[in-house]
Amino acid sequence: MKKYWSFFRMRFLGGLQYRAAAWAGVATQFAWGFLRLLMFRAFYEADAAAFPMELGQIASYIWLQQAFLTAFAVWYFDNDIFESITNGTVAYELARPMSLYSMWFVKNLAIRVSRVSLRCLPVLAVACLLPAPYGLGLPASPKAFICFAVAMLGTLLLVVAFMMLIYIATFYTLSSLGLRIMAAAVCDLLTGALIPLPFLPEELRKIVELTPFAAMENLPLQIYCGSLTGAAMGRAMLLQAFWLIVFIAGGALWMQRSLRRVVVQGG
Amino acid sequence: MIELKHINKTFRVARRNAGLSEAMRSLFHKEYTLVHALNDVSFRIGEGEMVGYIGPNGAGKSSTIKVMSGILTPDSGECIINGRIPWKERKVHVKEIGVVFGQRSQLWWDVPVIDSFELLRDVYAVDDAAYRHNLDEMTELLNLSELLRTPARQLSLGQRMRCELAASLLHDPKILFLDEPTIGLDAVSKVAVRDFIRRINAERKTTVILTTHDMQDIEAIAERILLIGRGRILLDGSLAELQKRHSRMKRIAVDYADGRFLPLPGLTLQSGEAGRAVFTADMDALSVSEAIAHLAKEANITDISVSGATAEELVLSLYEEFQI
Repeated sequence: MKKYWSFFRMRFLGGLQYRAAAWAGVATQFAWGFLRLLMFRAFYEADAAAFPMELGQIASYIWLQQAFLTAFAVWYFDNDIFESITNGTVAYELARPMSLYSMWFVKNLAIRVSRVSLRCLPVLAVACLLPAPYGLGLPASPKAFICFAVAMLGTLLLVVAFMMLIYIATFYTLSSLGLRIMAAAVCDLLTGALIPLPFLPEELRKIVELTPFAAMENLPLQIYCGSLTGAAMGRAMLLQAFWLIVFIAGGALWMQRSLRRVVVQGG
Repeated sequence: MIELKHINKTFRVARRNAGLSEAMRSLFHKEYTLVHALNDVSFRIGEGEMVGYIGPNGAGKSSTIKVMSGILTPDSGECIINGRIPWKERKVHVKEIGVVFGQRSQLWWDVPVIDSFELLRDVYAVDDAAYRHNLDEMTELLNLSELLRTPARQLSLGQRMRCELAASLLHDPKILFLDEPTIGLDAVSKVAVRDFIRRINAERKTTVILTTHDMQDIEAIAERILLIGRGRILLDGSLAELQKRHSRMKRIAVDYADGRFLPLPGLTLQSGEAGRAVFTADMDALSVSEAIAHLAKEANITDISVSGATAEELVLSLYEEFQI
């Protein structure tokens, strides 16, 4: 285990170096947060009763989303991994007594945790100070907060497990661009990154909620805002655990199979 | 102990002719050609040997190294290294080998070298005492003390290669695979790298397998040469044996003040510039003294030296002989 921890630490400390990028990120996230908030406010001023969530809930949803963007975003890839596959440096990683799947998983986790730990605090702090209903509200209940924390960890792992599939696919396609663009577009819609899932038409929402995408950022955010509670919340959390197991087991297996036919690029 | 028996590996390579219409056609119908990277490769390497693995580009050197280090799975054949099949027991196998791929880096780009070393210590679960001992030894042998605290990205190629070598030996591997370790290095760094490899082999009894295009590497390091071409092992022997086999060629370098050289069967001019000429003499056609006597006829010679073929010429003649 120690070796994976060392990898995590190395990548985590590496990620903390980029302070200017973090500040720029924070600024971007504020701008985005405010823009989206203004958009929703315009909708609510037209007819507040027509929407499934209250404006206060939406505000919390948006601020949490911005604060934890680098933990949740599905398009946040580790370019080192793509490069190592296309230029063959992956040979070195294969020459280590480690599981490549775990190594990459840990690397991704570390980058996300380091980026998020630099960015989330300023966003959360300012969002807490904003007046209601535009600021970050308190969680629906202490229990909701605990479930939110658990679901957030699950989301982080699930997103990384999903990205692992795209890394492995690069062994076959060599260029990851097409897959990445497709994944980003699909995930933006289905994970609730664009608009919260309760806003989707009823029939569509029921289907989407069963997909692994709904078990990503949608889950912790809705739990925090209190728009997902009780038995429905329990079911959704179990579904998240289910998808997590499926993705990790499937990814590890696929990795094993593809390594048997891997061609290390370049002389 | 390394043993390869009848290893085969084929790659599928997509090929098409130049041009737009061909490119469009290949969208629907891709033509593949099979490239036999390794063709019935068999050899044995004993413990503590130093083997130079040579051959032109694309001959299959790197593929063999990758098979032996567990990265590449061959299509057929057997490979047993220290009692294990590398690609089946990759994780256990790689604990006992060290690799350096001269064209890639194993150091983390933006952290000091020592951080990469410590990560490797954890990855290979090297205990602290052994790590300390190895690090001290490497630091001394490779003169690393200045470099350890520098980020890898700010090292020169020669400095980086010294660090790469150290990195590959921190876990006391039994076998060291070096894939073009001297590529792109200046003369001083090359000598340092060669001396280091020789010492490691002598002191630790590490088996060293080295691929290179630099014949001086081979002369300096390899006791045994494996020549591969088009995926086949063509030759297996010591440099001395090879030289004996090709000793009918002598190289005669002449410095002269003035005069000229007349042609003579068996004597070929290799290179000539004002005041200096290099010939190869075929011992089947004439003797050394005949050659010298002939050269001295119409030229005022100031210096002359006769030597056997260099490793480089030897390899070139081998390539010619096997038509690779």
